[in-house]
Amino acid sequence: MEQSDAELVARARAGEDEAWREIVERYSRYVYAIAQSFRFGREDVEDVFQDVFARVYEHLATLRDDDALRPWLAALTRRVAIDRLRRGGREIPSEELEHEVVDDRIEELDEAFAVHEALRTLPEHCREILDRFFARDESYRDIGDALDLPSGTIASRISRCLGRLRDVLGEETPGDDRQEKR
Amino acid sequence: MTFHPEQRLARLLRLLPPAPRGWVEAAQELPLARRGLDRIVARAEADERFRAALVADLEATLALEGVEPDATTLEAVRRRLALP
Repeated sequence: MEQSDAELVARARAGEDEAWREIVERYSRYVYAIAQSFRFGREDVEDVFQDVFARVYEHLATLRDDDALRPWLAALTRRVAIDRLRRGGREIPSEELEHEVVDDRIEELDEAFAVHEALRTLPEHCREILDRFFARDESYRDIGDALDLPSGTIASRISRCLGRLRDVLGEETPGDDRQEKR
Repeated sequence: MTFHPEQRLARLLRLLPPAPRGWVEAAQELPLARRGLDRIVARAEADERFRAALVADLEATLALEGVEPDATTLEAVRRRLALP
């Protein structure tokens, strides 16, 4: 069973490397996406990414609420990125714009993170095909080759798996007449 | 409850592509790197010549000790040893 953030933080703080590895695995996409939203070049994004995880590791003991890992990561990534912009002498939009744009982006990424967490509860074949098609932007051909599937069946599998993901999230689409549920 | 038509779900899935694997692995190896750092700091505190070597050429001395002298590591060593 998947461990909560609080459990992972407590284990990492106690010196369990495996727990730290899981924290990085769980949040790497989230930190990466926030860093990318500042439109840095690849090297800057990498520096922000590494700097954020280094600071989190270093200050794990100071986290007051172990369940607050995600908002902490968001705030830290944003701060590290803005510091980097300032150090690079790049022009930053007005404070108001900066806050609004970044806050909106992080809010959307929070929602995306929840969807990815739901994705992790789906069977492996659904996780794999949805992640490859949407998050990794792979073509039908590449997916077919990797998963040994005829490319003609991929679209229908994606559609079925999206439906399952929607079900996990507890949503209903009006007029949905989808019959197939595996 | 938030309403997620499948197009919205697809868009949200696209927002979180994987970070490059090497970056993730480097971050996952931080505990190992920090233990190497602890060893360097302890030695510098006990050995004046080693500390002088770090002051003279931090990057090269760390590399000789098998510690990757990336920007985060350099900053951490400077901070912990109060190096210039």
